[in-house]
Amino acid sequence: MIRRLGHVDRVGVEERAAQLGKRSIKTTAKQQGIRLAVSMLDLTTLEGADTAGKVRHLCAKAVCPAPTIPEIPSVAAVCVYPSLVGVAREALDGTGVRVASVATGFPAGQVSLEAKLRDTEDAVAAGAEEIDMVISREAFLAGEDTRVQHEIVAVKERCGDAHLKVILETAELGSYDHVRHASMLAMEAGGDFIKTSTGKAGAGATPGVCLVMLEAIRDYADRTGRVVGFKAAGGVSTSKAALHRLVLVKETLGDAWLTPDRLRIGASSVLNDLLMQYAKTETGRYGRAEDFSKE
Amino acid sequence: MSIETRTSIVWDYAPAPESADHVRLRDRYGVFIDGEFMDPAEGRYVPTINPATEEPIAEVGWASASDVGRAVEAARVAQARWAGLPGLERGKYLFRIARLIQERARELAVAETLDGGKPLRESRDVDIPLAAAHFFHYAGWADKLEYGVNAREVAPLGVVGQIVPWNFPLLMAAWKLAPALACGNTAILKPAETTPLTALMLGEIIQEAELPPGVVSILPGDGSAGATLVRAPGIDKIAFTGSTAVGRDIQAALAGRQVGLTLELGGKSANIIFEDAALDQAIEGIVNGIFFNQGHVCCAGSRLLIQESVQEEVIGKLWARMGRLRVGDPLDKNTDVGAINSAEQLERIETLVAAGEDEGASRRSIACELPERGYWFAPTLFTEVSPAHRIAVEEIFGPVVSVLTFRTQAEAIEKTNNSRYGLAAGIWTDKGSKAFEVARALQAGVVWQNTYNHFDPTAAFGGYKESGFGREGGPAGLRPYLRVVR
Repeated sequence: MIRRLGHVDRVGVEERAAQLGKRSIKTTAKQQGIRLAVSMLDLTTLEGADTAGKVRHLCAKAVCPAPTIPEIPSVAAVCVYPSLVGVAREALDGTGVRVASVATGFPAGQVSLEAKLRDTEDAVAAGAEEIDMVISREAFLAGEDTRVQHEIVAVKERCGDAHLKVILETAELGSYDHVRHASMLAMEAGGDFIKTSTGKAGAGATPGVCLVMLEAIRDYADRTGRVVGFKAAGGVSTSKAALHRLVLVKETLGDAWLTPDRLRIGASSVLNDLLMQYAKTETGRYGRAEDFSKE
Repeated sequence: MSIETRTSIVWDYAPAPESADHVRLRDRYGVFIDGEFMDPAEGRYVPTINPATEEPIAEVGWASASDVGRAVEAARVAQARWAGLPGLERGKYLFRIARLIQERARELAVAETLDGGKPLRESRDVDIPLAAAHFFHYAGWADKLEYGVNAREVAPLGVVGQIVPWNFPLLMAAWKLAPALACGNTAILKPAETTPLTALMLGEIIQEAELPPGVVSILPGDGSAGATLVRAPGIDKIAFTGSTAVGRDIQAALAGRQVGLTLELGGKSANIIFEDAALDQAIEGIVNGIFFNQGHVCCAGSRLLIQESVQEEVIGKLWARMGRLRVGDPLDKNTDVGAINSAEQLERIETLVAAGEDEGASRRSIACELPERGYWFAPTLFTEVSPAHRIAVEEIFGPVVSVLTFRTQAEAIEKTNNSRYGLAAGIWTDKGSKAFEVARALQAGVVWQNTYNHFDPTAAFGGYKESGFGREGGPAGLRPYLRVVR
């Protein structure tokens, strides 16, 4: 079957994405938007130096981000390396905050398929409810679409009940046309979410990349009826950037996507800026970084 | 516990109105002649109305024949000295005007929105910055005029009368004044009846820039003031932007007289969507082409030509996108579509839309809450339009797009050119060779490729056929204000 994939015009996409960045989000809209953004966060730590202690601190922060502001909800999930899934699972049990794990040789994905699958199985066995896999950019850039899809299908199978988020690592794909193409591949292979970046490679979830992926999700849903979620990760480090991403989703996919089941923001540093901006809407002052614990 | 049950946060944008408190508006503006605001000779003041609320904003003096006479007299007196200044010095005045527009940008944007009903987003991001950009651009030309016309020796025409429309009040004033002044002409500007405010604020800016008296006069009023200006003795050139009917009248009035003329008139511009276009961006281009400034744009992409193979997809996407347009208070920073400029214009739109329905086209208007007072029209899409329908032929000048289809590239070109107008066109394709081939075949003064309604002071703008003649913008825009001496 020959199907039109459709082109993406770089200038047009970036113009539209920038235009949506000019929406004025003030007063109650800002407060609600910040609460919404917090509820969609995948609070992430992906460092070589991560320890059980660090992950436990992060989990506590995830459940109750700001003890002084009770209306701030818990975040959606905590995202860690597979070896620390067990720790996170224990710390988050019964809290409603989900455990997500990167897998498949994150972030480069330059390991054998067997290793990728074992990585996934380990994370799921340790209690991960969500798996963030990376696509093989090596295969994608070499034009081997079937290999990319085959890997996603295989990983999805190992996920069992766990949700699969497919990381495209858009900064390495080279063009918006490729971003759209990879988005379609990932969705057709069964990804539950498509995700922009690992956060380890240059530009992350730029407004243009987000818009292209959101449009792909919309077109795929229109064509197949299947709902796929979106995760913006990498470079979303301020409240303004987070709210801009929410605007992109609201005006591309609609309000139905403004729920943590369909939309996530992967970040480590944005949470405290969200809290400080929220506090500012109440006190009128932008506080100090020390007002909120780092973890 | 599912995440869905844990959180249910409804999110919509809160009202974000731009404050109008900082705008220094007078209760009453006279006519601006010989560097001074003064009472109009016949003492007639008429309120200018905010079309979004129907509330009066300020009283504006309407010029009569004797005001026109005074302004022409002052312009004649000032012209020789103005033209005698070194180009560099004229350029400095224009740079000063450009900078003062930037300084008062926020005020001008709010005034433009109050007076004309356009969304603040547009007056703030398009109208005012572009107006300043035009003055900057032509300021740079003032001492290089001969290079704009193939190294010939040139001279100004003298006194020019300039009549501008209500859709981009300050921007059109800038398009007209900047090249005229750079070339050494003096000018009399007649702003539109419904939107005189920013032109009058420009009068204040001209005073602040210490432009020599008489170089620019500003005469608000209705069509009769414009008609008097056109027929006034002592005028060397008329530049008019507005409807084709009035343009015809002007050309007839000037027949047999030694008066230069440029006309920028109506349009029924085609926006052509090929099957290999980047469709999502094309949708944005369609929306920007027809809903920008409520469709009150002479080059609006009001005839949407879609290749049949993607017709369903494009219309589906367009209709979904239209549903996200935010219609309402023009001062709200999140408003996409504002108020219709006047009761008269609203009536014209309603008449043509009714004609479209009567002729059998299928109409869809988005469901949106429109304010009770003011003039409003919901963004509207017509499908099943035949090329013979009035809505496919006549300029509606409102937020109404008519969809036609084509099968081949040749048919797209044929349908685009099959119009009495020829102002602008848009081509959407990812294939470069096709874009250039089609662009060359279109009878349109402006052809946009993979964008629409993009304006730049360096680019020439103007029409073919009944869309007028003469170019504005860029070096081509100097030509209508210059005489080649040798």
